[in-house]
Amino acid sequence: MVSMFDRKHYFYGDMPVGYQITQQRNPLAKDGILDLFVFTPGIHKSPYVKKVKIKQLQLEQDSGKSLHGSDSSLVDLNRAGMGLMEVVFEPDLTDGEEAAALVKELAGILKKIGTCTCKMEEGGLRVDANVSIHQEGEPLGTRTEIKNIGSFRGVASAVKYEIERQIKLKEKGYQIINETRAWDANTKSTVAMRDKEEKQDYRYMPEPNLPPLHLSNDEVNQGSVNVEKLRKSIPELPAQIRERLQKELGLTLSQAVILVNDSVLLQFFEDSMKMKQLNPKLLANILIYEFSHIIYKTKVNPEHFLNRSNVVADLVYLLDTRKINRGIFCYLLEELFIGNPKQPIEILQEENLFQITDEEELMKICKEVLNENENLVTLYRGGKKNVYKALMKILVNKSNERADMAKCDEIMKKLLNGE
Amino acid sequence: MDKILTNSIQSVSKHLLQGNITTREVLNSSLERIEKTKNLNAFITVTKQTAVESSQNSDVRYKMKKPKSVLDGIPIAVKDNFCTKYIRTTCGSKMLQNFVPPYNATVCQRLLDAGATLVGKTNLDEFAMGSGTVDSLFGATKNVWNLENDSNDFHISGGSSGGAAVAVATGSCFGAFGSDTGGSTRNPAAYCGLVGLKPTYGLISRFGLIPLVNSLDVPGILTRTVDDCVSLLNVTAGPDCNDSTCISKPYRSIRIPPAAQLSVKNLKIGIPREYACENLEDEVLQTWNEVASLLEESGATLKEVSMPHTELSIVCYSILNQCEVASNMARYDGIQYGYRADENSSTEQLYAKTRSRGFNSVVKHRILTGNYFLLTRNYEKYFEKALKVRRLIANDFDNVFEEVQMLLTPTTLTCAPLHSKFIQKSNSEQCSQQDFCTQPANMAGIPAISIPIKLSKNGLPLSLQLMGRNLSEPTLLALAKFIEDKVKFPHIVEKL
Repeated sequence: MVSMFDRKHYFYGDMPVGYQITQQRNPLAKDGILDLFVFTPGIHKSPYVKKVKIKQLQLEQDSGKSLHGSDSSLVDLNRAGMGLMEVVFEPDLTDGEEAAALVKELAGILKKIGTCTCKMEEGGLRVDANVSIHQEGEPLGTRTEIKNIGSFRGVASAVKYEIERQIKLKEKGYQIINETRAWDANTKSTVAMRDKEEKQDYRYMPEPNLPPLHLSNDEVNQGSVNVEKLRKSIPELPAQIRERLQKELGLTLSQAVILVNDSVLLQFFEDSMKMKQLNPKLLANILIYEFSHIIYKTKVNPEHFLNRSNVVADLVYLLDTRKINRGIFCYLLEELFIGNPKQPIEILQEENLFQITDEEELMKICKEVLNENENLVTLYRGGKKNVYKALMKILVNKSNERADMAKCDEIMKKLLNGE
Repeated sequence: MDKILTNSIQSVSKHLLQGNITTREVLNSSLERIEKTKNLNAFITVTKQTAVESSQNSDVRYKMKKPKSVLDGIPIAVKDNFCTKYIRTTCGSKMLQNFVPPYNATVCQRLLDAGATLVGKTNLDEFAMGSGTVDSLFGATKNVWNLENDSNDFHISGGSSGGAAVAVATGSCFGAFGSDTGGSTRNPAAYCGLVGLKPTYGLISRFGLIPLVNSLDVPGILTRTVDDCVSLLNVTAGPDCNDSTCISKPYRSIRIPPAAQLSVKNLKIGIPREYACENLEDEVLQTWNEVASLLEESGATLKEVSMPHTELSIVCYSILNQCEVASNMARYDGIQYGYRADENSSTEQLYAKTRSRGFNSVVKHRILTGNYFLLTRNYEKYFEKALKVRRLIANDFDNVFEEVQMLLTPTTLTCAPLHSKFIQKSNSEQCSQQDFCTQPANMAGIPAISIPIKLSKNGLPLSLQLMGRNLSEPTLLALAKFIEDKVKFPHIVEKL
């Protein structure tokens, strides 16, 4: 296969040589397929599979960045001329969540093979979303293109907004016009960008400074890329990781999808699993719920903590072996995450936070709680079963949050109902 | 002292090494000659100061008997379309009149690395678009041959590397780099009585050579002798990661034995009949026949061959040239560097005014036609068809090189025309006549060399061209040296 480069000509301040080197006639690759899972907790109950066709993949030069002021324009040329890979997808997606899932999957692959950081905030990965609406069975409607999307969630929100905007327009009887719109993350809306001038003839011409790029499947002579050799050097990709997590470690599909979509969580998962023999499902749940919650709550970048993933492993091990309970676990994890340099076991010993699992001791605490709260006991026995929660909360405090609550639950129920 | 300038590079280098002369003396002779021949307008910029510094460094190395190469301390000039770090590079255009590149072209860098002394940047047709060195912002370059001081008229130097040719012919330097897109090195070499080499496409890096037609451009070498040409080729040829079209195979230095040891026995040399076109002057035809006979008498086998697509080269070239020119010139918008018109009403107006004032009419003409050919509706009709014709021309060479090893043709159809006659024709007419014999080699990418043979009745140089298959430089140069030795061309530098 031969891939070729072309010059696309236009005068614009952000393109200092007056043309962009791109691949118009023979792109690097054509007609591909990307399989992905769409799953946004809170929106979808469970993950579903989506197949998206890749129209083509081309290499081109990045342009500079124009900054328009009221009386002057500035151009930032730092990016101009840098290599850029553009992946063009067929219109196979139906909503913003699918679009976001596609971008995440693609980012996962590109990061794995070392293409780029895929950080949307830094422009390492950019998304131009083309949106159109149509009634089932009818041809695709006129599309608009959304630029300036700065995050994965932005992809979902921008597409959702644009679909709703187009539907509203149509319902009012207006036509959709083919235009470029910018996503404004603050107002959560798309706004029409400055009009591109009327249709241009780009006067494409083969790029004479770049010889054709030959791709081949066999051992080949000089100046050609051996695709097979490249393929063999590709590391485990997201789809394969999801499969391994499910088949070898017994995670649910949802767990696997969530972990693979979040490279940092996945890193904690993989690192922790290497350090200790842990229950994979428990670890996955801890990361997806407790740990994610702590990250969200403290707003601390979790990447700094990656070199302490032994802490995560230790804590999950302590939890799994019932040395600590979930409350203490969360307390410790947060404490360590925000910067306490000690080891978990040190804090446990200093603050005496080990879980109380001894039946007799638990029985003693339970009885004390009941004795000290006779009014609640009376209410409970009189039929007000929901005071049970209050009793349990008192128990948690009384034990300094150390009681094995699962066991206490049994004991309390026995004490309250069995006497 | 002026005698130094008539020597070959090898022998100057030997004298320097033996301490018979100093690099300063060599440089001074060269600078004096530049001053003395100033009226010919060969140089746009004379780099005296950097040359003196460079020459002092060379001197230190010679004193330690450790010159960097045979070029150490040798005055060399470079056409003003090669970027030179911190030395203005104008392309003979108002557009780049004050452009000072922050980097060296690979050719210049390699020359400097070899210790060569850059004495100046030479005149050319604006952006190398021409074949007479008459269309430069800095005026025409006059041919040193047959120059009558009392007349306003003069013979053209040929082009577009006319300044480089005149600089070498007068002895202002020992060699110079030009560029060759359709004959721009060989044409002025032929008119000025020099050796002019257009190497195989990709043998010498184009990095930093301001492009005319990327797919045809090659740096070209102008010297008085074939040996000097080899010296310049050996330090500049070879792979360059900055030019993707450069041949990646390592370059092996060429060594040509002394002329007495050279033989043309059993060499098959083709005479393509299509080169005997109707505008070919009798004297050129005669010279061609004489050298053919000479080679035959020396034991070579001469054979008439046919290259049927030769005459299509001109029209094909003109389309490819204008398309790439339209594209390459797009960068001159007055924003990043170069000339900027005084215009604030809008960016588009700024582009328009800058470009209409910064380019001469030849450049503007080519930009307009090139853009026309590249329009989507015309692309197949012109550009794509031109590429197909280019392939046919290249095939002609492939076929003929099945039968013969080398081709012998004229370089130009006539001797150097008078300026007054030359400028009566339009630029496109000039180029189509001047480049007839030289262009096909660019189309095919093959190496070609022009060598001076003798003087015409009017005392102007008559030259012939040799062409060989890709990377046949060793044979090509050896054959050139063989002919050079037989014809003993009377170089003008000895008479100045």
